[in-house]
Amino acid sequence: MIAIVDYQMGNLRSVQKAFEHMGFEAVITDAPEVMMDAAGLVLPGVGAFGDCYRELNSRGLVSPLLEWVGSGRPFLGICLGLQILFRSSEESSGTPGLKVIPGAVKRFTNGSLKVPHMGWNQVRHPKGSGGDHALAECPLFEGIPDGAYFYFVHSYYVVPEEPDVTCCVTDYGVTFTSAIWRDNVYAVQFHPEKSQDAGLRVIENFGRLALRGSRHVGTGARGK
Amino acid sequence: MLTKRIIPCLDVKDGRVVKGVNFVGLRDAGDPVEVAKRYDEEQADELVFLDITASYEKRGIMLSVVSRTAEQVFMPLTVGGGIRTIDDIRELLRAGADKISINTAAVNDWQLVARSSERFGSQCIVVAIDAKRREGGFEVYVHGGRTPTGMDAIEWAERVNKLGAGEILLTSMDYDGTQKGYDIELTQAIARNVSIPVIASGGAGTLEHLYEALIQGEADAVLAASIFHYRTYTIRETKEYLKSRGVCVREAVDFSDE
Repeated sequence: MIAIVDYQMGNLRSVQKAFEHMGFEAVITDAPEVMMDAAGLVLPGVGAFGDCYRELNSRGLVSPLLEWVGSGRPFLGICLGLQILFRSSEESSGTPGLKVIPGAVKRFTNGSLKVPHMGWNQVRHPKGSGGDHALAECPLFEGIPDGAYFYFVHSYYVVPEEPDVTCCVTDYGVTFTSAIWRDNVYAVQFHPEKSQDAGLRVIENFGRLALRGSRHVGTGARGK
Repeated sequence: MLTKRIIPCLDVKDGRVVKGVNFVGLRDAGDPVEVAKRYDEEQADELVFLDITASYEKRGIMLSVVSRTAEQVFMPLTVGGGIRTIDDIRELLRAGADKISINTAAVNDWQLVARSSERFGSQCIVVAIDAKRREGGFEVYVHGGRTPTGMDAIEWAERVNKLGAGEILLTSMDYDGTQKGYDIELTQAIARNVSIPVIASGGAGTLEHLYEALIQGEADAVLAASIFHYRTYTIRETKEYLKSRGVCVREAVDFSDE
């Protein structure tokens, strides 16, 4: 079973439906004991960074989330669920993030581009031309070719301090990290639940990772 | 690169798809969920449902249409038409809509744009503007194009941008239903004066028209109904054409297991 964290931020039903569509049981919950029973945990999120942390905190979910991440079981952050893993955001100065991944969250500042970055954009391997299956290095992107399109809606982007956590990048005025992977923690800036076949493939890959109960032993263990 | 979006629009009345020409003369074109699935398979970039149900009491039908669509279609879905309050917006988002388009209610109460974008996020608040040419500019119309407001369309677009709208759905009243092409002058004037994406609507008859709206009109997305409904062009043909003209569009990818 996949648990989707309910903290009143965003359209959780569409994430749940995407998992169900791919044949996985998924529940929306804010109960830590239900989360701890799950094979995989998903933190979606639409809205502001500060509100996100406050909602998680007021529901007593910060510790359970950190505990989950430490447990080694697969975690998937989506959109704000990626950003909140970082230390802080320009969107809400003074409000901390979960500090799971070192780095910060910045606003798009290129004046000639429209903000939010809204629509379909490509993800590619951070090290450039890795061939058609470059993204498959990260199990979340298994079967998804370099250059695949996903649906984005955001005004801020993450800047990890350790380049190794970036598993794909996207260009929008700047080249930004559009997905990260460290051990059992996967997180994407785009919305897989709104990205048609490519997105459903990500959902399916995560579901499989969760059911496999894979406990990653470290970033050194990357590969197929 | 961020692609230009191709968006089919379904006019929905009492739970069924219809298409108006110049807002009159409707013809039934099927079940919205089935049509949505077809566009999903063709990899349209987004979908818009415009609810033209006359009676406010029958609005529950649309919630069910949205919810059934969201069960089966995994692409961004915008719902507009007759939305008046924060509660209307919340219900539709809960049913599975990703963005809500407001028109008359935004003109009647500007603060609805600010309140709703603050509550639900700018990304899900679209302001629909129906504009008609007049001496020296463009005027905003409401009530499905029946009522002139006296307001200048460009000023109104700038205002809703500041109020927190995440996107503008711009329809030319003069060109809608004519299939003679989008109003390029109107589209460009709005696109250049706002910092949020603009969807051009009204007048698509050929693929050349879509190209003009995206390139000369500087729109971020194009919306069309008839040319897609009546299968004049498929989404795939549309994207192939635009790509051949150098427009950045999302190409169809086959993800069936190798």
